[in-house]
Amino acid sequence: MFDDFFIRALVAGIGIAFVTGPLGCFVVWRRLSYFGDTLAHSALLGVTIAYTLEFNIAVSIFITSSIIALILVKLEKKTNLPGDALLGLLAHSSLAVGLVAIGFLTFIRFDIMGLLFGDILAVTTDDLLTIWIGGALILLVLKLIWKPLFASTVNYELAEAEGLNPDRAKAIFTILMAAIIAISIKMVGLLLITGMLIIPTAMARNLSDNPQKMVIFSIIGGLLSVFIGLFSSLEFNTPSGPSIVAAALVLFIFSLFKIKQTIQLKN
Amino acid sequence: MNIENNILVKLNEVGFQQNKKWLVKGVSLQVERGKIVTLIGPNGSGKSTTAKIALGIYKNIEGQVEKFTNNIGYVPQKISIDWTLPLRVKDFMLLTDVLKDDALDEALTLTGVKHLKDKNLGNLSGGEFQRVLLARAISKKPELLVLDEPVQGVDFTGEIALYELIKKISEKINCGILLISHDLHTVMTATDHVVCLNGHVCCSGSPKDVARNNEYKALFGEQASQTLSVYEHKHDHEHSNDGEIKKN
Repeated sequence: MFDDFFIRALVAGIGIAFVTGPLGCFVVWRRLSYFGDTLAHSALLGVTIAYTLEFNIAVSIFITSSIIALILVKLEKKTNLPGDALLGLLAHSSLAVGLVAIGFLTFIRFDIMGLLFGDILAVTTDDLLTIWIGGALILLVLKLIWKPLFASTVNYELAEAEGLNPDRAKAIFTILMAAIIAISIKMVGLLLITGMLIIPTAMARNLSDNPQKMVIFSIIGGLLSVFIGLFSSLEFNTPSGPSIVAAALVLFIFSLFKIKQTIQLKN
Repeated sequence: MNIENNILVKLNEVGFQQNKKWLVKGVSLQVERGKIVTLIGPNGSGKSTTAKIALGIYKNIEGQVEKFTNNIGYVPQKISIDWTLPLRVKDFMLLTDVLKDDALDEALTLTGVKHLKDKNLGNLSGGEFQRVLLARAISKKPELLVLDEPVQGVDFTGEIALYELIKKISEKINCGILLISHDLHTVMTATDHVVCLNGHVCCSGSPKDVARNNEYKALFGEQASQTLSVYEHKHDHEHSNDGEIKKN
């Protein structure tokens, strides 16, 4: 069944959409889209390390991104630079270092375009296992930390005062972000993974009046984007990542009409 | 829980500094079950800071905080909620605890905002939101309630009703309350113990004792002192220093 590359890509995409939906909601609610970008950029460094040491790519990306997240926390405490400057610094320097390192690795042929924008041809049966097992783990952990994470997203002090330990939830969430990037990079590409996290969620925001609904719509949006994106990628021979994100954008644009309607109804 | 004397939270010589400036220093107080302790003081005197120290929101503090309960309801002074998050009143009510629907309805009915249950939090007025905040804090029947100016923005008649409600709740569920308020009139009638802050504890005791205190007069003026005395005449009992009721 998984012999066909397209079926593999589709199964991988479905797995990813189930995870990016709920995580994406927190990325939007907590204003972390640039943070997600930084982690994704650092993934290139993870890929180079994986090739150099002949190591599992997903694990390597996961470790590199987690380290970058730790460095960010340290820098925020030690310097007087604003958060967005630090994010930019880490994002572009890790991308640059990653690209320089690739330049040195002349003995390996890299598909840079595939890394940056995703490649459906590259999804193997092993990748499917990584995505579905990794994705299930991410969702399980997210379910466990949902209450403190959500409460502190609404208001940190309320969560802290009423004994929910929001700092721990935040730290675990950061690890989950690194994990979703690690498992979805092959499919969506490192430049566009944040798009997969936030665009279906942005669409969902336009359609929902409560958090549960937003999570569900966000998953549905992600699934639709994967279906439409992959079919058009196959049809028009376009790279998979941009096709999926462009499909998500189209859905977002449609969702704007719904807002317009509700505003008109209110008037 | 400390069964012996029903203490819920105890602050011992606590202090907190931010940017090398002490916000409060040397504050000792305790909240007991069924008692209302009120913090008063001018702006910037460290009332909210003291409450946050008691709640464990501030971590690098001087002194000791002993908490004997984890069932706490908190109404913060300022709360900013990001409207990228779609949140109805009933979602907000369930934020830190799992509640049955009737517990939720009961709390919303008590603060008079049950009709807003399905409304989006972003569409509430300041006073309505304040009532929801209070409902959320009491809905889980906490052992300790920390209320930082809980009636700000509420209309005048509502204000009195809510203070009465707070008093009633403390009796009904027998919880301890740490209350911060600017409104000397209404608060004093319902308080067991007053702590007057101005970066440190400038005086504390029963409302009557505090009203007579010279430091209190210096801080709030003679007028405020008289206000308190006037209100005390409505009492049919007196409080001793530790908040116990003394029969006349």
